[in-house]
Amino acid sequence: MSFTREFEIVGGDFASAGRVSTEIKAMLRGIGYPPDVIRRTAIASYEAEMNTVMYARRGSVRLGLEPGVIHLVFADEGPGIPDIGLAMQEGFSTATDEMRERGFGAGMGLPNIQRNADRLEITSEVGRGTRLDITVLTDEEAGR
Amino acid sequence: MTLADIAQRLGLEVRAGADHLDREVTGGYVSDLLSDVMAHSEAGDLWVTLQIHENTVAVASLRELAGVILVGGREPEEETVKRANAEGVPILVTPLRSYEVVCGLIGAGVKGRAIP
Repeated sequence: MSFTREFEIVGGDFASAGRVSTEIKAMLRGIGYPPDVIRRTAIASYEAEMNTVMYARRGSVRLGLEPGVIHLVFADEGPGIPDIGLAMQEGFSTATDEMRERGFGAGMGLPNIQRNADRLEITSEVGRGTRLDITVLTDEEAGR
Repeated sequence: MTLADIAQRLGLEVRAGADHLDREVTGGYVSDLLSDVMAHSEAGDLWVTLQIHENTVAVASLRELAGVILVGGREPEEETVKRANAEGVPILVTPLRSYEVVCGLIGAGVKGRAIP
């Protein structure tokens, strides 16, 4: 059994930001995943969605469900990340004043994704875009 | 302790999600950084913040927080109210500042979590 669904994310659209993650969470809850799995997936999804909204022109996320595994693949057209190691450091941020005023840009987004996902792969090309491959294992024994 | 009990005790005014004041408050979280709330709040927490824009609603909804208190006499933006009503996220307002709100919550019996 497997299931995929794709959602569009509009860059700069703060008003709609978080809707995709809210929808994904509602779907996972409807299917009946354990609360901890839903919580970790929702946090990772929200942070990735916000990064797309804040930095990219446009992006998409593909939700893939397979036995024991939830995949989220975020792909955007945007500035890319020149130094992924630096971007992963807690507290490092390239946020603008507007983002900071809204309570973003604390340099917590990517580390939050890393903490809540079982696997995170980031590939990025400067000037082209970024792809986040997020895996959450759904078997309770496999969780933390 | 329900949101309605707390609202009455602290004199909070309800701006959105009035149908959900029977929600049980099991803890609290104070922060104006949305990623911090995403990372460290717990379901059932009452979130104390000065952020009034609509992105707070998604955070409260995704983390299953009991509700949001806006401090310092700040009013939610119109879009925030609309979205909070749509998603069932209670928003309450007060002229009190964060610290005084927390004092009030502790007085009302909302306990913090022990640091492990």
